[in-house]
Amino acid sequence: MSLRQLKKTLLRFGFWCLIGVLLLYAVFPFYYAIVTSLKPSSALFEVSYWIHNPDFSNYATVLHQASFLRAIANSLIVSLCVVTLALFLSVTAAYALGRVKFRGRGTVLMMVLGVSMFPQVAVLSGLFEVIRALGLYNTSWALILSYTIFTLPFTVWVLTTFMGQLPHELEEAAIMDGASPWVTLTRVLLPLLWPALVTTGLLAFIAAWNEFLFALTFTLTDAQRTVPVAIALISGGSPHELPWGLLMAASVLVTVPLVILVLIFQRRIVSGLTAGALKG
Amino acid sequence: MIKLKLDNVNKQLGGARILRDVSLEIAAGEFVVFVGPSGCGKSTLLRLIAGLDSICGGDLLIDGRRVNDLEPRERGVGMVFQSYALYPHMSVYDNISFGLKLAKTDKISLRERVLKTAQILQLDKLLQRKPKELSGGQRQRVAMGRAMAREPDILLFDEPLSNLDASLRVQMRNEIARLHDRLGSTMIYVTHDQVEAMTLADKIVVLNGGRVEQVGSPRELYERPASRFVAGFLGSPKMNFLTARLHAPGETSLVDTPVLGMTSLPFDSSNLAAGALLTMGVRPEHISLKVAEAAAGIVVTGVEYLGSETYVHLETGQDEPLICRCEVSAGWQAGDRVELQLDIDKLHLFDDDGAALKRTPHIIENLRSDVSLHAVRV
Amino acid sequence: MPASLTLAAHDEHLLTRETPIQRRRVRAAWLFLAPMLLCLALVAAWPLLRTFWFSLTDANLADSGGGSFVGLSNYLFHDESNWSGILVDPQWWNAVRNTLHFTVVSVGLEIVLGLLVALLLNIKFTGRSLVRALILIPWAIPTIVSAKIWSWMLNDQFGIINHMMLSVGLIDAPLAWTADADLSMWAVIIVDVWKTVPFVTLLMLAALQMLPSDCYEAARVDGIHPLKVFWRVTLPLLMPALLVAAIFRILDSLRVFDVIYVLTSNSSSTMSMSVYARQHLVEFQDVGYGSAASTLLFLVVAVIAMLYLYLGRRQMEVRS
Repeated sequence: MSLRQLKKTLLRFGFWCLIGVLLLYAVFPFYYAIVTSLKPSSALFEVSYWIHNPDFSNYATVLHQASFLRAIANSLIVSLCVVTLALFLSVTAAYALGRVKFRGRGTVLMMVLGVSMFPQVAVLSGLFEVIRALGLYNTSWALILSYTIFTLPFTVWVLTTFMGQLPHELEEAAIMDGASPWVTLTRVLLPLLWPALVTTGLLAFIAAWNEFLFALTFTLTDAQRTVPVAIALISGGSPHELPWGLLMAASVLVTVPLVILVLIFQRRIVSGLTAGALKG
Repeated sequence: MIKLKLDNVNKQLGGARILRDVSLEIAAGEFVVFVGPSGCGKSTLLRLIAGLDSICGGDLLIDGRRVNDLEPRERGVGMVFQSYALYPHMSVYDNISFGLKLAKTDKISLRERVLKTAQILQLDKLLQRKPKELSGGQRQRVAMGRAMAREPDILLFDEPLSNLDASLRVQMRNEIARLHDRLGSTMIYVTHDQVEAMTLADKIVVLNGGRVEQVGSPRELYERPASRFVAGFLGSPKMNFLTARLHAPGETSLVDTPVLGMTSLPFDSSNLAAGALLTMGVRPEHISLKVAEAAAGIVVTGVEYLGSETYVHLETGQDEPLICRCEVSAGWQAGDRVELQLDIDKLHLFDDDGAALKRTPHIIENLRSDVSLHAVRV
Repeated sequence: MPASLTLAAHDEHLLTRETPIQRRRVRAAWLFLAPMLLCLALVAAWPLLRTFWFSLTDANLADSGGGSFVGLSNYLFHDESNWSGILVDPQWWNAVRNTLHFTVVSVGLEIVLGLLVALLLNIKFTGRSLVRALILIPWAIPTIVSAKIWSWMLNDQFGIINHMMLSVGLIDAPLAWTADADLSMWAVIIVDVWKTVPFVTLLMLAALQMLPSDCYEAARVDGIHPLKVFWRVTLPLLMPALLVAAIFRILDSLRVFDVIYVLTSNSSSTMSMSVYARQHLVEFQDVGYGSAASTLLFLVVAVIAMLYLYLGRRQMEVRS
């Protein structure tokens, strides 16, 4: 084997090692959560890297907790409603921002971008007041409303980018056909924007599903909590006696659907994230 | 009858003036072609008529009614776009019927009209297909069908053939011409392709830098260009231009030209001063060549053989090289020495601003005898 | 942002006379924008203004009256040779220090690691798209969940990280990652970096794919060393994307809350500005004081965001 070949082989070997390390780094914590969740509580405190005799008692316990199931339902309701609301509001806004030239357009875009940079805590007390005034405290509506502060700017921004990419002449053809802006949007542009809507909706869904601060502050009772709060509040007798097996089982349960979504829609998610950041 | 009238129409975009004082009259049933180099404002003019862009100054009248502020759909115009812009998610049928549906046409007459349109354009068998399942020519026809379906009085075409390959372009050109004969509607067509302009138009409008340079039939424009720009824009190869100087102005002008020498030409230059700079134009097909004496004449620098004819390139030492269109049988070769013969009747003379000098018709006859053929002085 | 600036260039068009057609279209546009603007006004603009107002009052969570005006005394108050208020609260300055520490270290690590991973994944190999999908997993896991998973892995007695380090011989005794004041910030950083590197990687990968390939071919033909190509060609071309990613991450890190709250609770060695503000707002029910802290945090973020927008605009101007 010549020196050149040797060098090439070594480089290849090193490359695959790096990929291996990268994958291990990315995937191991989640894998370890699965390993832990499949242990009976007696075996919990022996470190092990593999799954021996999977034991589903943790899952059984978690799934029998009414409050946890309730939290999953709440999270689903809140996230789906937020996505629907945000998409509905942002589709019309994105049409205006992406396709119509008008004075003040740049300002509106800047404002939307500005809101997306708001620290959530900065609006916490004001929002709390609004929510109490509307009588929404400790309801899912409080979360649906407050989550628009971070989903809406994002969906507007990304959909504006996608909207702007649709060919000009298509809209002009619709105008020649006598379509009003509303008809143009709903019957000509929206049907072409489905992929973008799916992407944007998915990203907004993930953001809403994962939100913690508002959920922690604006809900009070088990019946209204979302999954992140429910998991954060799982506790044992003392801080040192957390029911780790249970916790990991719950964690795996709420994460697996997301992981599957991400793996399926990987390409779309990437296009959505980069449209929101780079092209913006 | 005047269908459409533009009266001092202006368009500004930012600081740039896209169109300046465009005035134009288009008769009902006429096929009008807007032609000009890119950026001349021809597409903008079409979009102003369509209602896709707004008019900054002046009036646009259709059937005598001012339509500046009307929506496109209220103007009775249909438009075919360069990229076709078919609705990708709709079938051919839906593409054609979309405008009719929005106009709340009742179901039966809608169907009738779509079928009739489809039949005219030979789309009957494609009605259920999506645009992506169609060939370029078929898409083009669907785009026309969509524009026609509402039976607008005026059909607008924005470079409709530029996305097609050469052979298809010729075929579609003929189809559009036939369509015009059949429908009898007013058509306005934008192109940068002069062959399309010459073959399709009843009337050509040449635009340059946002102004109308000349309006006329293809023949008028070719044979009597009003400006050096029009003369150079139409015709391929381009008209040859030679620098000349006015010696004695008058109803016939005594002009000093590099090729003809001091010549009296039948152009009215009475408003110019002696010594004014002129440009003489002559089309390649109006130069004929003759073998010159051994040392005299102009050298042929190149010959392009096109099958049906040859283009002979000549270096005069001044101005641009001349191009001359010759019969293949003449057999010219590079290096040949030739004498030029110009047909005075076919010459053009432009002043320094590029405007054509007026011909003085009554004296053509007596001039013809003495200077019809001229030898070259190099 | 660049795109909005390029698009805004079209606005010039409006300086000329508007016709009824245009006016109708613009009116439709505002009508289309109205619901979104209303919603943002309700959940963002108005609450923000109220927060500003609360910071000037002694409002309390318990009484819904809104408190009474106390001027700037939540920020700074002089009382019988005694200074009080946030600006002299060592806890606040500790939170500021922690936040800055967290931001600088974690964003720095994320950018470097993100770039390296992106360079690695920009190489073509079989299974690349699978690897790209798998590295997205940390990003998809809810912050709370990843904080919990890591706090289990970093558990002082039974954590696998300590176990690994012990068995390799890196340490002699288990480390109390989340409890030890010196280590807990590192624990927070580790978790945050783990979660956000995929995001940075994605942005970098997208940017890498937009680079003109002819530069590289030319460099390869000229036989220039790959490392030199990276420093001289890749990095300068990646700079704008790198900057965007960094700003996004900086703005995110400055308002960090979840990771810290779950991992180390209200421990003072990791308390960030957001945690501090929320503690006063919700736990101490001192809306006035908490709002003052929120306002300060908002101002910091706003200044950085403005700087970014300003730089972005400048960059656009320079480029065009």
